[in-house]
Amino acid sequence: MLDRREFVQQLLTDRGDLLVVTGLGSATYDAAAAGDHPLNFYLWGAMGGTAMIGLGLALARPDRRVTVITGDGDFLMGLGSLATIGVKQPKNLSIVVLDNAHYGETGMQASATQSGIDPVATALACRFQQARQVSRIEEAADVRALLHSGTGPLLVNAHIKSEDTPRVLPLRDGHAIKQRFIEALNAV
Amino acid sequence: MHSPTNIEATIEASWPDAIYAQFQRVGIRQVGYVPDAGHSRLIKLCQDDPSIADVVLTTEEEGIGLVAGAALGGQRAALLMQSSGVGNCVNMFSLLRNCGFGCVVLVTMRGEFGEFNPWQVPMGSITEDVLKLTGFLTYRIDSAADVDDIVGAGCDMAFDGNLQVAILLSQRLIGRKQWTR
Repeated sequence: MLDRREFVQQLLTDRGDLLVVTGLGSATYDAAAAGDHPLNFYLWGAMGGTAMIGLGLALARPDRRVTVITGDGDFLMGLGSLATIGVKQPKNLSIVVLDNAHYGETGMQASATQSGIDPVATALACRFQQARQVSRIEEAADVRALLHSGTGPLLVNAHIKSEDTPRVLPLRDGHAIKQRFIEALNAV
Repeated sequence: MHSPTNIEATIEASWPDAIYAQFQRVGIRQVGYVPDAGHSRLIKLCQDDPSIADVVLTTEEEGIGLVAGAALGGQRAALLMQSSGVGNCVNMFSLLRNCGFGCVVLVTMRGEFGEFNPWQVPMGSITEDVLKLTGFLTYRIDSAADVDDIVGAGCDMAFDGNLQVAILLSQRLIGRKQWTR
């Protein structure tokens, strides 16, 4: 089982011009903990919508790599978007699910993945080009390479420990997060 | 032979083309939709346009994320849905307001004038109120002659001012759904 902070930190090491969209709750805190970055679009709400923001961005910027980092709760709420993404086949889109099989923000209630509902099998059924499970930190470098050069759409389901981590709170003003992202994207 | 009825029919049929022309004018590059009979011609026009990515959604709320992502990447997106779909989007609309994403939603109305299916009425009768409550400017179109003007103005307000604009295409404009084949 992975330490979520260490894993996300390694994924975002030397990130170059990677565009990152993070799901509400711990995924947003994990990305912030790895180092605040203007090309992070942090969500604080809109649960279930993270993957679709990734799709809109990937379609708009086929020249750039887009990574969605989110939790199993947000992922499950937007399960239908896997079918939508599978139809469009964006080569530049990756989804990383930080799967602790719990709803961490609300008291650690069990999520569906705890009952064996499988994000990897779901992604493959939705015609993702690659989908894999990871649970060892030694695999982080491979995953990082996939985010930068793997043919998408691809999904990585990361088994993470279901322990509480300190909250690291980035910007919350949605207008500011958006504006900063757009300016940084246009600058590169 | 040009009977008045035929001319009227031609004008009526052209309103999706007027919407599409406005999409071209303002540079819409992504169109998300859950299919609806009233939108079928517009969907086809978008699918046939290589400059537009057409995205068939499993539920309308996915489209809100699509619009936001497109805007982050510098593209304009529009959504097509039926009035029932507005209800599927309510919490996701907060993304548009929180971040100020310009958005144009074209809503084909059910559950109003001449509705055969009572199951369409509960959502159709509150669609405009729901849109207003969630921060949308709403414009209703009853006549094909108004489509070009109102869709054009709505698109400009949405994208020049980062506002959320919904255009309701009334059941009188679309025509009653025919239940007998």
